[in-house]
Amino acid sequence: MKIVAVCGVGIGTSAILKVNAERALDRLGLSADVDASDLPGIAAAAADAQIILTSTELSSAVRHAVGRNHAEIIEVSNYFDVEEIGAKLETSLG
Amino acid sequence: MILPPLPDDAILLGVHVDDWRAAVREAGRALVRSGSTRSEYADRMIAVIEEFGAYVVIAPGLALAHARPGPDVRREGLAVVTLAEPVPFGHPHNDPVRVVVGLAVSNAEEHVAWVAKLANAFNDRGIVGRIARAETPEELRALLGFDDRAGA
Repeated sequence: MKIVAVCGVGIGTSAILKVNAERALDRLGLSADVDASDLPGIAAAAADAQIILTSTELSSAVRHAVGRNHAEIIEVSNYFDVEEIGAKLETSLG
Repeated sequence: MILPPLPDDAILLGVHVDDWRAAVREAGRALVRSGSTRSEYADRMIAVIEEFGAYVVIAPGLALAHARPGPDVRREGLAVVTLAEPVPFGHPHNDPVRVVVGLAVSNAEEHVAWVAKLANAFNDRGIVGRIARAETPEELRALLGFDDRAGA
C-alpha cells in the first residue's frame, strides 16, 4: 500500500504528516510506504497511491490536481494528533 | 539526527503583531538574526501562504512557516516566535495562532529525520500552550527537547 502526504511546497509540513502517519500505521499494526510530495507534484506522486493525506485547507486543490486518480483523499486537522490520523486511516482501510 | 541549533537569537518571546504577515515576518527576522537565512526568505514564506492558503497552521495555535530551499537559505535552521496576542491566519480549524515556528532547509530530503524529532515534541498535547507561555529561551528549548548547551 502507498500513501502520499502532500503540502504546498513538499517540505516541513508534509514531512511531519509523513512521520505521524507512519506512527499511526505502526500503532494500527499496518505497513505502508508513506511518501511526501508538494502540491505541483501530487498527480505524479499519487499515481499508484491508495490514500492521499493532506490538510483541510489544501484538499480541494489536491482533488483538482489529481483529477481522475482514484486515491482517496483524507483531510487532517491536527498534524500532531496521531489518534486523529490513525482513526481516519482505519476508517478508510477498514 | 539532531535538530538544528535554536540559539537565543532564533527565539522571540511575547511579540506584538497586527496580523499573520507580521507574525511570519518576525519568524523571518529570527532566522536572519541567527544566521540561517537572508531577509528575502521571509517574503517567500509569506508567498507560500498567499499561494496555498493557511495550511501551514498544522495544529491548534501553531503555524509552521517555511518555504522551499533556495539561495536565500544559508544553512538549515529553526526559529520560534511566540505572540503576545494570538492572530488568525485564516485556517478553518486551528486559528488563532500563538506560536510560529520558522523552518529553513537547504535540502528537501535531508530534513525529514530531524523534523521527526521536532514532531516528537509537538505530539504532546498542551505543548503549544506551554510554549506560548514560556518566559525564557532556556524554558522554550527544554519544552522542545533541546539539550541546552549552546542551544543544540
